[in-house]
Parts: sequence; C-alpha cells; structure tokens
Amino acid sequence: MLAAVGVRTVDELLEVIPPHARRPSLDAPAGLSELEVAAEVVALASQDRPAGNGPFFLGAGSYRRYIPAAVPALAARSEFLTAYTPYQPEVSQGTLQAIWEYQSLIAELLAMEVANSSLYDGSTAVAEAAMLAARVTGRSRVVVSASVHPEHRAVLATYAKGPDLDVVEVADEAALLLAAPGAACLITQNPAFRGDIVDLRALAEAAHAAGALAIASVDPIACAVLEPPGACGVDVAIGDGQGLGIPLSFGGPSVGIMAVRADLVRQLPGRIVGATRDARGVRGFVNTLQTREQHIRREKATSNICTNEAVYAIHAAVYLSLLGPRGLAAVAARSALTAHRAAARLASIPGCAVTNAGPFLWEFTLRLPRAAAAVRDAVLAFGIVAGHPLTGDDPNELLVACTELTTDADIDALADALTRVLA
Amino acid sequence: MRRSPESGARTAEPALEPLLVELARAGRGGGHVPDADASAVIPARFRRTVPLALPELVEQQVVRHFTHLAQLNYSVDTGFYPLGSCTMKYNPKVNDRAAALAGFADLHPLQPEADTQGALRLIWELERLLAGITGMAEISLQPAAGAHAEFTSLLMFKAFHAGRGEGARRRRIIVPNSAHGTNSSSAALCGYVVTTVPSDPRGNVDLAALRAALGDDVAGMMLTNPNTLGLFEEHLEAVMAAVHGCGGLMYGDGANMNALLGIARPGDLGFDVLHLNLHKTFSTPHGAGGPGAGPVCATPALAPYLPVPRVIRSEEGRFRLDSQRPQSVGRVRAGHGNFGVLVRAYTYIRQLGEEGLRATGEDAVLAANYLLSRLRPTFDVAFDRPCMHELVLTLAAQKSAGASALDVAKALIDEGFHPPTVYFPLSVPEAMMIEPTETEPKETLDAFADALLRIAALVRTDPAAVRAAPLSAPLARLDEVRAARNPALTWERASS
Repeated sequence: MLAAVGVRTVDELLEVIPPHARRPSLDAPAGLSELEVAAEVVALASQDRPAGNGPFFLGAGSYRRYIPAAVPALAARSEFLTAYTPYQPEVSQGTLQAIWEYQSLIAELLAMEVANSSLYDGSTAVAEAAMLAARVTGRSRVVVSASVHPEHRAVLATYAKGPDLDVVEVADEAALLLAAPGAACLITQNPAFRGDIVDLRALAEAAHAAGALAIASVDPIACAVLEPPGACGVDVAIGDGQGLGIPLSFGGPSVGIMAVRADLVRQLPGRIVGATRDARGVRGFVNTLQTREQHIRREKATSNICTNEAVYAIHAAVYLSLLGPRGLAAVAARSALTAHRAAARLASIPGCAVTNAGPFLWEFTLRLPRAAAAVRDAVLAFGIVAGHPLTGDDPNELLVACTELTTDADIDALADALTRVLA
Repeated sequence: MRRSPESGARTAEPALEPLLVELARAGRGGGHVPDADASAVIPARFRRTVPLALPELVEQQVVRHFTHLAQLNYSVDTGFYPLGSCTMKYNPKVNDRAAALAGFADLHPLQPEADTQGALRLIWELERLLAGITGMAEISLQPAAGAHAEFTSLLMFKAFHAGRGEGARRRRIIVPNSAHGTNSSSAALCGYVVTTVPSDPRGNVDLAALRAALGDDVAGMMLTNPNTLGLFEEHLEAVMAAVHGCGGLMYGDGANMNALLGIARPGDLGFDVLHLNLHKTFSTPHGAGGPGAGPVCATPALAPYLPVPRVIRSEEGRFRLDSQRPQSVGRVRAGHGNFGVLVRAYTYIRQLGEEGLRATGEDAVLAANYLLSRLRPTFDVAFDRPCMHELVLTLAAQKSAGASALDVAKALIDEGFHPPTVYFPLSVPEAMMIEPTETEPKETLDAFADALLRIAALVRTDPAAVRAAPLSAPLARLDEVRAARNPALTWERASS
C-alpha cells in the first residue's frame, strides 16, 4: 500500500504536522488481549453492587424494571447497533420503519399528535422543550415546578445560559399556575419527583389562559394508567424512556422523549421519520422535515442535536410491541399496587409517615424520625437499598419507589430492617 | 428484494414489511408480566380515559417483525461503510459484553458511592486515558454526543470570558465554511453570532480572511482538524496565534480524531477545549443514529468551567463525586453521561494500548491515502495533497456527464457498499467524502475502488443506468418531497 501511495513510510504523509507535536507519548499502558481486558472489566464491575442484588427501592427518575428477553435480542441486533443515522434510506429501512413505529407508539401512549425520533434523555428534553416554547411564544421566561427532577432542573438552568432564558423555579403546582402571566411556558412533571400525581389539566388551562405553552415531563409507563398529557391539553410532552426496556446503566444511555401538537411539528428539535413511497410505489420511510435541522439550517436550526439515541428508541418500540396495552397497564398497576402496600406497611413503623400531599402512583415520600441519608446507609448493611434521601428542607425524608419487580418479601425485609435501625 | 413475508397481514399499500398495527389483532399478546388493575389506588379523576390503542401482538410476531426490519439495514457488521466524518470502524464485541455486565448495566445512577466504586473508577480511569491521548489536562464525560459537547464547550468559553469581564464584548464565534453544521447551530444556541470564513486553494482556513474577521469581539474559533476535507491545517500554528492573539479561544471539534491517534495531540497543538466522539474514534457502535458520547477535554485554564459533578479520587484510593466547583457551567445531563458508551470506549482503549492506538491512527491515514492513490487517476480530488483519514472527491465532471454524486452513491449500493457521505462539506461541489477507517483489509479497499471505477466508466457510457440505481436495494429511491410536503409521521396519518 505504501508503494501505491508513493511513500516509504507513513511518516512521509504526516510532514504537515508541526514537528514538535509529532508522534507524542500517550502515557497509555500496553495493550491487552481480549481475555485480559475481559477479566479487567469483570474485576471493575465486581466492585459495584448491582440493583438486582437484594431488595431495591431506589427510583427518583430511573427505575429497575423487568426487561423481556426479546427486547435486547431484537433491538441490539448488530444490523441496528452498527448502522448509523439513515442517510441512505434505500439500505436503512429497518432503522427508519422501527423509528417511525417508535414515534407512532409514543404518540399513542402520550395521546400526542407527533413525536420526534429521540433526544438524549429526559433532562435535556426539559431544556429543549423550554427553548421550543421560547421560540414559539417569543418570550424568555420559563417557569418550572419543584415537581421536576432536580437534575433535570439543573440541566435546564445550564442550558438557559445559552439563549439567555430567565428560569424561575417555584415550590409547588399552585405557585406554578399563578406564575403563568408573561411566561413562555410552565413545566411540571407527572408523577412529580416526590411521587405525587399532578393535575395536568390545571396546568394546561393556566398556561393557555396566559398564552404560554404547557409542558409536562411524564413517565411513559405511567401514561398507561394516568390520563396522558395529550388528553389534558398539554402542548409539549417530554420524558425519559429508560423504563421502556432499557437497562439502568448508571443513568445512561436512555432515550429522551418529545411529542407535540401537530401545529408545533416544524418547531421540533432533532430527527423525524416520515412515510413515503419509493419510485416503484412501495411504502418506505425517510428522515423528513430536515429544514429544521443543523446540517441544513446551521445557525438557524431548531436545535444543534445530530447524534441521538436511536437504538434505545428501537428498544422502546420493541418493549411496547411486546407488552401491548394490557401488559403496559399491568406493569404500571403492579408497581402502583405494590407501592401502596409498601407505604401502608412502612407508615406503620413508629416515627414514620408518608408525607405526599395527595395521591401518589408508585413512588412516595416517607418521613423518618432521623436523617434519611444515615438511615439509608444503615439499612444498606442489611443488603437493602431503601430509597433516595431527599435534599430539600427536611433531611428526614426518603423517596421510596416500587416497580413490578418489587415483591412482598422485599417490603417485609425493608420494614424489618427499618424497624431495627430506628429502634 | 424480499416483499411482505408470510404474515398474511393486510398492508395499506405495497410494502416491504407490514406495520405493527397491520399485524395486530385485538386480544393478542400477554404473558410477559402478571395482569393487574390499579383502579383501587388511582383516584378516578386521574385515570386514563382515552383509549390506549397500542398494537396487540404475540411475541413470535414481534420477533419476526423486528428481525425482518433488521435484515433491511446495511451495517458495519454486514459490510464496508465508508461514511466520511463518521468513522464507521468495526466495533469489537467484547466492548458490548463489558457494558452488559451486571455491575455496569444494572447499576442505578443514584446508588450510594460505596456501591458504585467500580463505575466511578472506570470514569476516572477513562478520563486519564483520554487525557494522555489528547494532551489535555481535565475531562468531563457527561455530554451525550458531539453536538452536546460543542454546546457545553461554548458555555465554558462564555463563562471564561465573563470571568475576565469580557463576556458582553466577545459575542462572535468563527467557524470555517467546511465545518459540520452542528458547529454553527451550537454557537447560535449559545447566543453567539457566527462568522464564517472561507477555505484557501489548498483546503486550509483562508488566513487572510481569518485575520480580517478577527477582533476583540471574538470569543473563539471552532476548528475541526484534520478538517472535513480530510486535510491537516497547514497553517495551524498561524491560525492559533491569530485567534489567541486577539484574546479568543480555540475549540477543537474532535470528530476526526481517529486521524491523530498517536500521531499528534490536540493539547500539544494549542487547543484550549476539545471534544471527542467516542462513537467514532473509540469504537462504540453508532446505534442507527445513537447513542454516542462527547467528552469535553480542557486545558488547566478552562478546566474549572467543566460540567459537574466531577469524579475525584481520595488519597485512600476511594472515588467520589464532587460538585463543589463554583466556576462550573453546571450540569448538562442527568446521571453520569452515557455510561454504557463509556464502558465500551474504556474496553477498546485498554485492548489497544499505546502501540495499538498509534497503529490505529497510522493505518487510518494509510488506508485513506491508498484509496486516494487508486481513485485520483479517474476522479477529481477536491484538494489534491496527501490526506489524513478521509478523502473528498468532487464529482462535478461526472455530474456534467449525466450522473451526480448522489447517483454515483446509489450505484455503490448496487455494488454492495454503503455509500460515502455526499454533498458535504458544503464548500465542495458534488462532494463525496470517503473514510475507510483502519479496520478494513486491503482487499476491501480494492474492491471498493474497483466498484467506483466501474461506476465512473458507466457514467461515461450510460449515465442513465447510474441514475436508475439502486436496483438491488430493498427499495428504489424514495420520494423525499412527498414525505416533507404531506408529513405522515404516525400510523393515523400513514393510512389516510
């Protein structure tokens, strides 16, 4: 090959590089065989305690759920995994139809008219939704409720420094509705971070009365049993799709969901797949409405997003196809029923009380007689992950989640451990 | 071409594969989770009242459906995928196995630090490895993709200038006309005004135009090096001096870092901030469009602005998260970034080691120059000098002869290859950007070159045949105008 190129060494091709910088030391260790590297990563992973190793009540936005065997078997097939963005639709119909079906499934689940093909995650979806609202309304004030995941609010605050949005955080849903006048949008989360079910109709009414957009970050599985955002008048529904057949993976990758009313479709960030026909009249799919996107519009694009989370959108599509309406409602219902049994049991421990202001779904706030972080650590010694210590005004609050994987034996174990720790 | 398989589903129109809704029948499915009804614990006013019309299917139908769809895809695992600027190299399978280990895949982002020491250590170690590879001081692995990293980096620029009392004045970002579209849109998202500078006749940034564009209102310049023409900037040191001379910062878009592995380090070349695309250079699968990961690498002067939390190691060798960085731009993603991607990149780098990394860079450059030597006699090269990891042809002559870059790309499908990137960079007419990567043997490069030469000959004798391609793909060319004019983005609209 060198001879064909007309050089004796590769170095002759690299003379353009400043000599002082050429061929540096990388300070990297020597390479390993596959056997050796496999052993090394197993050793590293063994220093972690997987969520499945014992009763697990930690949620707070990421949930340990049952992943049907067929989900990774199909969605992680290498024809999906090792392709890229479908720039050549004739040889990418697998990706394109799967993503289009993801869009359709999400739109149906959320009762929204249009969904995009994915964003990075739930946190960046909050920020993209706020920027969409600012574009649509020409206003810069974004009001967000403390119901929204604290890390998602932190990401929104970071993003706001770019387009110079004025982010106002309010303590609860009542304050959110009152803050509508002059706002680009009102943003809430359902279920709320503390587990409460939120009234999305009230959100939409207050927002629309003030000419603002109603934005709801929802758990897609909760939408199987709760009135979905589209049926409540929400303009932009967002969320994190991790629960839809995607491993926890220490928080990522997952899939950021965004769905809107039909008249907002040209304001959507990211890729959108549309149906069309080929030259022979056969149905096919392409990336469409691309004049919104960075590779065409550059500095006038609706977003800078390019690479997204396609293969996890495909995971979500497979998961929803396998479970269907009955299976999805069962996942949500089983989680909720178990959580209510757990709440009743834990609230019966002396000094403990459930402090949610209204009805909750599958996650609830348990007030302990002592600091939640210390109690969580003490319970950990029993091999039980008790939940997420909240960092608000009350350091004694613990956020406790149940899923369809939580058993009555898990609840008994947590109740017994808490009783002993608190005794 | 394989048409609707044995499913017997009614499709609304001729189709390769029925839709899920066309396969579904009421009452089918179930068995994955026990049935349950939540109405006892959800007040009526909050319950779902609108129908949940998800398709109902048995598992076998779902398996065949998605298997058929997968078979309609071209992928790195099925063939040569020389998509320029995307670095579609082979992804070793051990990387996926590592990411699937229970200690990584079944780990919650908010578990106590005592239970996540392995994951935190992996993040810390990967940051050190990438620092050595890039010559940068500190790294955040939080951004989820390259464009996300660009935005993060420009927020760091903003904070840096604001910290020196120059935030209000420095409102412009310089972007070469060969840059990825994300550069301009990330800058605009950050509130910056974009000034585009042209290329010179050798494919470099036009130095005179750059100097004319610079001033004390410039926050910085975004430079991809090697650039999207596959060329190393010949005047890099002059570009650096000019931008730094007016108080601006240099941002390195690391999309093309594969060309520099072990060959040069952006930190040694003078960049202040650099992003990497782990899904490109570090062999994490591209996932049909994602996920990726976009680490941001900074010099000591810019490191205080990196996103939080950071992973730090105590003197006792324990790892913990640190959010006490008052100058940080803040958090840009929940959790710890696309951790599953980080595991794959770590595994890849450990397997290669110092010499393997250097061989990767050298082999990528050699492969591209070999293809260039095979194609140069027949095709016009946009800028004819030794390239780095990719080459850009201009097919203006073929277009005049009756077949455009797009037509030639489609004809490559019939030859069994995924087409290269076409019509990018925008500064080259009828551009075709070819990136072979280091993981293809010479036989593949020769077969690809032979195919392109055959197509070039066909353009001269029968351009209409080239325009008719592809004939062997699952579908013929698709009507993109129809898709955009009457958007059918979900099931309801598709059948109407």
